[in-house]
Amino acid sequence: MNYQAIKTIYLFEMNRTFRTLVQSILSPVLTTSLYFIVFGSAIGSRIQTIDDVSYGAFIIPGLIMLSVLMQAITNGSTGIYFPKFIGTVYEILSAPVTTAEIICGYVGAAATKAFAIGMIILATATLFVDFHIAHPLWMVIFLAITCISFALFGFIIGILARNFEQLNLVPMLVITPLVFLGGSFYSISMLPPFWQTVTLFNPVVYLISMFRWSFFGTADVDVVISVAAIIVFMIVNIFIIYRIFATGYRLKQ
Amino acid sequence: MSLLKINALTKSYENGFQALKSVDLEVREGEILALLGPNGAGKTSLISATCGLTNITSGTITVGGYDVVKQPLEARRQISLVPQEIMLEPFEKVITTVRLSRGLFGLAPDEAHIEKTLRRLSLWDKRDTRNMALSGGMKRRVMIAKALSHSPKLLFLDEPSAGVDVELRNDMWRLVEELKEQGVTIILTTHYIEEAEEVADRVAIINHGDILLVEEKADLMARLGKKELIIELQEAAKEIPAGLADLALSLSDDGLKLTYSYDAKQERTGITNLLSHLSDAGMRLKDLQTHTSSLEEIFVSLVHKDEDDNNEKASS
Repeated sequence: MNYQAIKTIYLFEMNRTFRTLVQSILSPVLTTSLYFIVFGSAIGSRIQTIDDVSYGAFIIPGLIMLSVLMQAITNGSTGIYFPKFIGTVYEILSAPVTTAEIICGYVGAAATKAFAIGMIILATATLFVDFHIAHPLWMVIFLAITCISFALFGFIIGILARNFEQLNLVPMLVITPLVFLGGSFYSISMLPPFWQTVTLFNPVVYLISMFRWSFFGTADVDVVISVAAIIVFMIVNIFIIYRIFATGYRLKQ
Repeated sequence: MSLLKINALTKSYENGFQALKSVDLEVREGEILALLGPNGAGKTSLISATCGLTNITSGTITVGGYDVVKQPLEARRQISLVPQEIMLEPFEKVITTVRLSRGLFGLAPDEAHIEKTLRRLSLWDKRDTRNMALSGGMKRRVMIAKALSHSPKLLFLDEPSAGVDVELRNDMWRLVEELKEQGVTIILTTHYIEEAEEVADRVAIINHGDILLVEEKADLMARLGKKELIIELQEAAKEIPAGLADLALSLSDDGLKLTYSYDAKQERTGITNLLSHLSDAGMRLKDLQTHTSSLEEIFVSLVHKDEDDNNEKASS
């Protein structure tokens, strides 16, 4: 294993974030604070508790997921798209590095950034809402798995995207609606039976449910199914990346 | 011993264009090979195939005995590339960019080596400057510094002198000489054929995806390089004197210049005989000049011959 190469890619990518630290952190923190003020304090105070959890606390896992998914995908995709766009990807392709090492470097950095944002948002939430985390260790593990899985997904988008428009298409047009409709702001048990069934086809429901269980010990969907789903998603992404590098699709001529 | 061996290499792109047609090439350890060819001849495709930037359609490439497809890591560890286009992370500092290249090759940080490389390329003072703030020539130097950061055995320089000023170009060729002395094998493509003439040990000419020839530069120039004696006359001659009709002699349209082609390596060049005949014929000479054909002229004539052959094949 070329650990030096992994470390080099990882630190190079992390360094990119430190250069735009204020923008990287301030934007998600500000957005989430607004959600807490509007939904948690202003409107939330008039909404009854859900599963004995105050509404302000109830939305925390969903809001963290919203930012984390966006950050993981965006960081994962831009990390590889930018070198492709300016041409410096030639260096990665001609260096003695394996696909696993490339994934560890790029996806590791993207997942780290998303994880850090998730933790910062969690810290921000404590300023607005009183809450207690039932399973902190699982919360950290679930957050880490989610960050890695979606950074992998973002990495694929970054390789396949032909332009900046395509790069932003999936996060904006797919992830945002899925998160909003995936139970970020409500429990799916509050929906009519038909829509509950429809919602189960939304993969983000499993993520938010899993994450919410780690916070409050209650979940819309069985946690084991959620964990299995996210692990399958991660494996599929890794498989796709391996195929891309083996064939050179959208990377080599 | 050959460091690079290319055997029956072909490369076809998705649009059907065949960039390389069964190319065979061997490059010896420690030599400088100039790869010459017009635009679209297949030079960059050949380099890209060796460096792993493009998929090979058929054939094999080995570097130091390692197959670039079956043992890519071992092969790539020995190779470095300075691409034709300048491609740098605009917001990164020069030194960070160079460190990245070294790290990607799995080598531990070596600040002394990085400093030496940057100093050699006159970049040390600019080490903390962001790439986007550099001039074109400086960016080209950074590209070279990146390639040298991991001490390659085989260095590809793809049109390195395109768009750089004379000073940098000369410095680059001095660097190439230094690298050769250190044992680095160098393959360079260039449009400035006189530079290949100056620095290369061997020359390979490629056109339409075929290698037309690979030869020692000196042998090539001796074999294909013609020498000419140009004789300027004081008075215009109407025709070549009868006694000289058998010689390879031509008269200019204005009758004031005779050109005699000869092989300088032969013991008898025929010059004495020619001058004696001219004197006998009463022709008075104004000036004498000799001219040796350059590599560029050899290159142009070979490429034209190849194109004429292709046209003939197509029409028959």
